[in-house]
Amino acid sequence: MLPWEFNILLVSVILLLKKIYANELTFELPDNAKECFHDNLKIGSHFTLEFQVITGGNYDVDLELKSPTGKILYRETKRQYDQIEKTAEEAGVYQFCFSNEFSTFTHKTIYIDWKVDGDPEHEITQPGPRVAESALTMIERNVERIHENLEKSIDYQTHHRLREATGRARAEDLNQRVQDWSLGQFMLIIFVAIGTVLLLRSFFSDRKTSNMTWNR
Amino acid sequence: MCNSSYFVLIFSLSQLVSLSYSLYFHIGEAERKCFLEEIPDDTLVIGKYKVELYDENSGAYRPSTPGIGMHVEVKDPDDKIILSKLYTSEGRFTFTSHTPGEHIICLYSNSSSWFGKQKLRVHLDIDIGEHAIDYQQVGAREKLTELQLRVRQLLDQVSQITKEQNYQRYREERFRTLSETTNQRVLWWSLAQLVILVIAGFWQMRHLRGFFEAKKLV
Repeated sequence: MLPWEFNILLVSVILLLKKIYANELTFELPDNAKECFHDNLKIGSHFTLEFQVITGGNYDVDLELKSPTGKILYRETKRQYDQIEKTAEEAGVYQFCFSNEFSTFTHKTIYIDWKVDGDPEHEITQPGPRVAESALTMIERNVERIHENLEKSIDYQTHHRLREATGRARAEDLNQRVQDWSLGQFMLIIFVAIGTVLLLRSFFSDRKTSNMTWNR
Repeated sequence: MCNSSYFVLIFSLSQLVSLSYSLYFHIGEAERKCFLEEIPDDTLVIGKYKVELYDENSGAYRPSTPGIGMHVEVKDPDDKIILSKLYTSEGRFTFTSHTPGEHIICLYSNSSSWFGKQKLRVHLDIDIGEHAIDYQQVGAREKLTELQLRVRQLLDQVSQITKEQNYQRYREERFRTLSETTNQRVLWWSLAQLVILVIAGFWQMRHLRGFFEAKKLV
């Protein structure tokens, strides 16, 4: 029905375009809270964890990355952003935990990007399996390069967006605070002015009666 | 010949399906877990999840009994609910954003409280924009060659970059408006406070002078 070359091409296309598993999540970590994520990995898979604190306090968080046997692969306190690239040496459940336990009342918004490079049995080591290598023309090579550059572009855009989100959150906070405090100070001025006058009047009204009695 | 091509297709499909659920986390039964996604408008978002219940007998997580479902609620930047549905313990939800901005995706289980305070394991995978496109399906459906499929992927990526740039322009405009509002507020409130301070001073002096004059005359 279909020529065998199409089969090969189909397999290679699918294996090429098979999404390297990537998961981006942004979540809120309340104060004094800890949030853990887990993933089951096979030996030899490359994984990358990238995180950035978007809003909250000093924009810092604790992170701990543990292997299935409990070995600590990464442990840092009060980091604002980082990128961790490792190769899985053991098969099993890897877990990474974010901790905001050092903070008493600020909750943090954290962005994470978890990328797993696939299992060795399905892994594509070259841009194209061996059988299709002879078919890689200049166009295909250029297409591959464009693809990589576009991926980088998207990545830069994401980081730009995250930084902007931090700035915007601060600006919104400032705007609100200017309003609240200015209104408060305005009212305070009025109250203090009236209050001072009333207080002074209260001092003299006692003496007034005593003066009257004395003058008589 | 037919058999081998079907076999190839099924084999390839199975490779893709095996990557479905990877990252997972635990939530309590009554707990609500929310994720923020800042996306441009007209963007497709596909979320896939699977819920497992902790089985005390075996000490492991099992695919939950029917009855445990996940309620998925999606709010758009204007705090309007654009998706609020109850799904089974394993499923996928899709929505397309109509306003650019921060969308909040919340998951919580609908289990009744007599299950107890048990922990649920939730596998989650959220794909946005061009990550949500299944190229294997596109290629098979439209019978594209490898090069055509790759070019299609490039087209989708470029269109996503364009949307994101557009969204950035929109964000910058809002940020500029916000800064100008703050500037205006600082200006007018400072002026108002200055004026009220001067008025208060004058009023105080006039009032007290009148008050003391009234006394001396008595």
